[in-house]
Amino acid sequence: MAASREVVLSIRNLSVEFKTDDGMLKAVDDLSYDLMAGETLGIVGESGSGKSVSSMAILGLLPKTAKISGEVLFRGESLLGRPEGELRRFRGNKIAMVFQDALASLNPVMTVGKQIAEAIEVHDSAISSTAARDRVVELLDIVGIPEPSRRINQYPHEFSGGMRQRAMIAMSIANEPDVLIADEPTTALDVTIQAQVMEVFERIQERTSSSLLLITHDLGVVAGVADRVMVMYAGRQVELGSVDDVYYRTAHPYAQGLLASLPRLDRRVPGERLHRIKGQPPSLIFLPPGCAFNPRCPHAKPGICDTSRPEMQTVGFAHASSCHFASELMTREVAS
Amino acid sequence: MSANLEQPLDVASEAETALVVGSAAVARTQWQLFRRRFFRHRLAMLGLFILVVLCVCTFGAKWVAPYKNTPDLLADAAGPSRKHWFGVDLVGRDYLTTCLYAGRISLKIGLFVSVISTVLGTLTGAIAGYFGKASEQILMRVTDLFLLLPSLAVLAVGLKLAGGKDWTIILVLAGLGWMGIARIVRGQVLSLKEKEFVEAARAIGCSHTRIIIRHIIPNLVGPIMVNASLAVAGAIIAESTLSYLGFGVQPPKTSWGKLLADGKETIATKGYLLYFPGLLIILVTLAVNFLGDGLRDATDPQAKH
Repeated sequence: MAASREVVLSIRNLSVEFKTDDGMLKAVDDLSYDLMAGETLGIVGESGSGKSVSSMAILGLLPKTAKISGEVLFRGESLLGRPEGELRRFRGNKIAMVFQDALASLNPVMTVGKQIAEAIEVHDSAISSTAARDRVVELLDIVGIPEPSRRINQYPHEFSGGMRQRAMIAMSIANEPDVLIADEPTTALDVTIQAQVMEVFERIQERTSSSLLLITHDLGVVAGVADRVMVMYAGRQVELGSVDDVYYRTAHPYAQGLLASLPRLDRRVPGERLHRIKGQPPSLIFLPPGCAFNPRCPHAKPGICDTSRPEMQTVGFAHASSCHFASELMTREVAS
Repeated sequence: MSANLEQPLDVASEAETALVVGSAAVARTQWQLFRRRFFRHRLAMLGLFILVVLCVCTFGAKWVAPYKNTPDLLADAAGPSRKHWFGVDLVGRDYLTTCLYAGRISLKIGLFVSVISTVLGTLTGAIAGYFGKASEQILMRVTDLFLLLPSLAVLAVGLKLAGGKDWTIILVLAGLGWMGIARIVRGQVLSLKEKEFVEAARAIGCSHTRIIIRHIIPNLVGPIMVNASLAVAGAIIAESTLSYLGFGVQPPKTSWGKLLADGKETIATKGYLLYFPGLLIILVTLAVNFLGDGLRDATDPQAKH
């Protein structure tokens, strides 16, 4: 999918901290990226790497205890620090979210139709209820729910898992947002339904040309649908580039470790065990000095990696890595 | 999108369509489901029947009552008979007629106190639970304060000062009866507001007011209904207690509690003057409780049909 170069969402030096009894927990640390119109950006990383927290910060959905700094620009308009009432105009209208657990994210005592209609009515108080209803039927049809005019009167528990996620997607696209943030949209679903749901996203992007921020820990899903990938580790971005760049010209040891740990049918050597990254992710309160990944990194050099924190540096066209030895890594990989 | 990608999706849709068609015979709207569950609830139907009959008979006492509600000094007090089902009271009135007229005030107080205290308590609890922090501290400490008040004494003094008009009784009783529901609602809201659907509602741009009214309170219909129905009974009993003590309804008006109070003087010789209003109070209390049960079961969308 060709993405135009217009920047829709721009994140600049975003940091999110939470106060805990043991000190400040840095959930997101100096994150910067741009989301282009119509593109799909996959954000991958393990649990606690700051993927979800950073996306919640965009819409101001974090609890008030979170200390947020940096800048979030939507088409040039700053979102951070805006009062709740102004943020509401963006939520679900310009930027919409799809949550992981569709059953928990739908109100159990409200019909699915009413909940989707609410997403429309909140931003268009003048719309008549019949018009809203027609729009809901149309939306359910877009996401591939059969018999939408009957389904709108049903409750979430009467929907199957895949149907619920489709309904959630229908709700999120109700106002044709410019940015769709999908937080692990397929994690709670089985593999066949996963594929169907991802296809719904693709179809929607074709219709509305909205940008998709796809947060997941499933590298396979990202490879299938994303244009670019951002890898996060311990609240920091470690690599950002096109899918091909990150998967085949990997420029960060953590991303390399992640990709090597995937079981692959095409490169299987009998008797070989799956690769793993040694050690545990660091505590976000007591981050190691220098590069957060250095205690686990096979290429770490004392005196460099454990003292100075690497910045994101360009290693190719629209490809950046935050490793001191990014270029060496890439040449080594090409050589091997 | 290429054609071969579309293929599996359509196959799945067809399979799902088939499933849906199979279940189409039992598809109903929510309102139909509610009615169906409610009208199948035997006890609720019994409760509704009793309440409707009592309301019609008391509020329509003018037409329904067998006699005029005026003293007949020539008639003697007498126990229940075929002519006078509830007997005749000390001033020669047909006691069934008296009970029906008295029921007007008792039922009116019960229903209005229930509605007002439920609304007041639900809003207080929901605001305290949802917003937390200072608003919660203030609202819940006020709730505690009201709970600490010796309610009977406050009621008695309040009514003495305000006079025994129907509406003052209703407002005073409601003003002292909202704390229980406020606490229940607050507790429920504390857990509900952490649910993902609340976050999802915020993410589509809902305001806090909208989330409380459209998302949180509908999830609490069950406990609120049960509490409201209990409150009807509670208010009728509280009014009876007050009237019994002489602080409630003032003559010439009368209520079931007032009849109880008057009847206690002659409990040894004319017990029926005590029993019939007492029985009516028990009947209403049971009826609203049955009704509350049925409403709770019928409004639960996840209940089996």
